[in-house]
Amino acid sequence: MFSNLARLFRYRGLILSLVARELKARYRGSVLGFLWSFINPLLLLGVYWFIFTTILPNRTEGLQPYALFMLCGILPWTWFSASLTEASNSLIAGGNLIKKVLFPAEVLPLVSVLANLVHFLLPLPLVIALLVFVHRRPELAGLLWLPIVVVVQFVFTAGLALILAALTVHFRDIRDILTNVLMLWFFTTPIIYFYLQPEFRKYKLFFDVNPVAHLVISYQEILFLEGGFGHWKWLLALGVASSGVFLAGYWLFDRLRDSFAEIV
Amino acid sequence: MTPAIELVNVSKVYRRYTGQHFATLKSALLQRSVLRDLQPDQTFLALNDVSFSVPKGCTYGVIGRNGSGKSTALKIVAGITKPTSGTARVEGRVSALIELGAGFHPEISGRENVFINGIMLGLSRREVQRRFDEIVDFAEVRDFIDAPVKTYSSGMYMRLGFAVAIHVDPDVLLVDEVLAVGDEGFTHKCLDKFAEFRRRGKTILIVTHSLAIVERLCDQALWLEHGHPGASGDPRRVIDAYLTAVEVGEGEFLASAARKAVVAKPGRADATDAPASRDAGSPPDMFQAVEGRWGSRAVEITDVSLLDGRGEPCFVFHSGDPLSVRLKARATQPTDDFVFGVSLFNADGVCCYGTNTYLEEMEPEQLTGDVEVAFHIRSLELVEGTYKLDVAVHKKDGYPFDYHRLLYTFRVTSRTHDLGIYRPEHRWTFSAGVQFKATEHEDQ
Repeated sequence: MFSNLARLFRYRGLILSLVARELKARYRGSVLGFLWSFINPLLLLGVYWFIFTTILPNRTEGLQPYALFMLCGILPWTWFSASLTEASNSLIAGGNLIKKVLFPAEVLPLVSVLANLVHFLLPLPLVIALLVFVHRRPELAGLLWLPIVVVVQFVFTAGLALILAALTVHFRDIRDILTNVLMLWFFTTPIIYFYLQPEFRKYKLFFDVNPVAHLVISYQEILFLEGGFGHWKWLLALGVASSGVFLAGYWLFDRLRDSFAEIV
Repeated sequence: MTPAIELVNVSKVYRRYTGQHFATLKSALLQRSVLRDLQPDQTFLALNDVSFSVPKGCTYGVIGRNGSGKSTALKIVAGITKPTSGTARVEGRVSALIELGAGFHPEISGRENVFINGIMLGLSRREVQRRFDEIVDFAEVRDFIDAPVKTYSSGMYMRLGFAVAIHVDPDVLLVDEVLAVGDEGFTHKCLDKFAEFRRRGKTILIVTHSLAIVERLCDQALWLEHGHPGASGDPRRVIDAYLTAVEVGEGEFLASAARKAVVAKPGRADATDAPASRDAGSPPDMFQAVEGRWGSRAVEITDVSLLDGRGEPCFVFHSGDPLSVRLKARATQPTDDFVFGVSLFNADGVCCYGTNTYLEEMEPEQLTGDVEVAFHIRSLELVEGTYKLDVAVHKKDGYPFDYHRLLYTFRVTSRTHDLGIYRPEHRWTFSAGVQFKATEHEDQ
C-alpha cells in the first residue's frame, strides 16, 4: 500500500494534466469561459443578499452583511460536496480508462477533488477583497492559517472521495444516497447559521463530531468573524483525523482496486 | 535470455452477477454481509491454466473464437486485470493498443489530448513534446490538431489514438484487434510500423481474428479455445488447427463460409494462401503427423528435388540463377480434384512467394498413377539468405492430400548485400555530374 502511495507522487504530472483538462473542458464552448469561476460566486452572493435582507431578513449582531458571512461557509462546502459527488462517479465515468488502459485508478477521484479545489480557490481573492471593502480587513495571522485549513479539507475530502469512488463501483445506489446525505449534512453544518447562536448551543456536541463543521467554522473565523482564529486546536485535531481517513480510504481503494476493471 | 512475456499457469475467473447484486446495499449493510455479497453468484472461467512465453523480439499472435479468452490474456499481460491464479511477468515498458483513444476527452483539442494521452501512457510532457510532430504526421490530422476531438471523424480519432500509443516507444507492444482503424493506406502504415518494431527487436503480442495478419507478421502463434491453450508454435500450423476446430464445431456449411471469409480478408496477399490446406477435412491424426508434413496421402508426394539450370540437384543458388522444383507424386486412385502448390519462405518465415495451379486457373481434370510436376523459375530474384520451401498437393477446397511444410531448404548467395525479400530487376541511371569510381560501381 505504501509503495502505491509513493507511486501516487510519481503520477503528479498525470494528475496535473488531468486537472487542467477537466478545467478546460468545463468551460470550453461557453462565451465567458473561465470568468464563470468568478461570476458564479458573485451571482450566488447577489441571490443570498437579496433573500437575507429582503425576504428573510437576518439582522444578527456581528454577522452583517449576512450574505457574505454565509458565502464564507458555502464556498468550501461547495468544494466538499461537488468533489464527493463527482468522485463517487469518477471511476464509472472513467471506465474506459480503467478497462482499456493500464491506468492508476486512484488518480480519477483525486482529480475530481483537485479540479473543485481550483474552483474554490479562484474566487477566494475576490471574496477577500469584498470582505475588505464591505466588512472588515481579515487579520494577517488568521490568513496565514488559511492554507492549512485548505490542506486539511483536501486530505479529508480526498479520503472520503477514495472510499466513495471505490464503493460506488460495487453499489451504484451510493450516488443517489449521497445526494441526500449531502443535503442533510449541509443543513446540519453551521453554514447558513452561526454555531454560537444561543438557540443552537444545545447541539454543540453534534457540531463537535462533524468534521465539516470545524472546517467551516475555521473559514468563518479566519475570514469573517472578529476576535482571531480560536478554533485552531480543533483544526489540528481534524488534520490528524483526516490523515487517518485518507489512509483508510486509500487502503480500501487499494483492496478493491483489482475489481474495478471487471465491474465498472 | 529471459522471455519478454511469460505467463505461467494463468487462470482467470470472472464473476457473473445476477441483477440482484445492485440492489443489495441495504441487505448488505443490514446483514453485515458486504464481503460475502462481493463474492460472485456465478463464475466464468475465462482462462484455464494457460502458460506461454514470448521471447524478446518475437512477434506472437493469439487467435481463437469470440469469447475464447484472447483479450483477457492480453489484459493480464498489460496488467489491467490480475490473474486469479498463476503469474504473469512482462519485461520492459508495455504499451497496449486495446481501445484507441480510450482516454480522449471530446471537448478539448487534439493537441491537448495527445499530451494527456501520452502522459497517461507513461511519457513525460517533454517526451510527448519531442514526438509531437511525428505523432501528428503519422495520424494525418495536422489540419485539425487544434479542433476538439469531438469534431473528428471516427477514423481520425482512431488514427490519433493509434499514433500516440505507438509513439510511446514500448519494449513490449500489445495489440488487440486494432488494425481495422483506417483505410488501406493507414493499415499499411501500421503494418510498416510493426515491421519497424520487429527490426528494432521489440516484442509484439497480437490478438486478432485476422489469420492473414498472424500468418504474415507472427513468428509464433497460440490458439485459445474456451480459455484452454489449443495448439501453439508455427503460425501456419496453429491456424490450420484452429480452422479445423472451427469446422468440426460448426459443420461443413459454416466452415466453408469461414474459409471464404479467410480468403476474402482484405490485404491478404494471394501468396500466403497459395498452397494452404486450410481445410479442415484434415485427418484426425494431424497433430501426430511428423512435424512439417500432413495430409490424407490419397495423393502422395514421394520426392522433392531442387534443380539448377542444367537439371542437376543443387542447394546453393546465385541470385539470378534459374531454379526448378520437381515433385514426384503418386495417386493411389485417380482423382479429378487436385491442386499443386509451392511457396518460398525466407529465414524469418516471411512468405516471399506462393502460388498453386488452381490460383493460376488450371482446372484439374485427371490425375492417375505416378506423375512428375515441375515448377520453373527462370531467374531467382531473391536477396542473399536461406530459404525454405512448402510444397503441397491438395483439393481445390484446401483439403490436404500431402502437405510438406518448410521441409526443403536452399541457400541463395549474392555478390550484392542488398536488403529485403525480393529483388526487382533493376538498373540505375545517372545524369552528368554523378560519378562513381569505376571499380566500386562495378561491384554494385
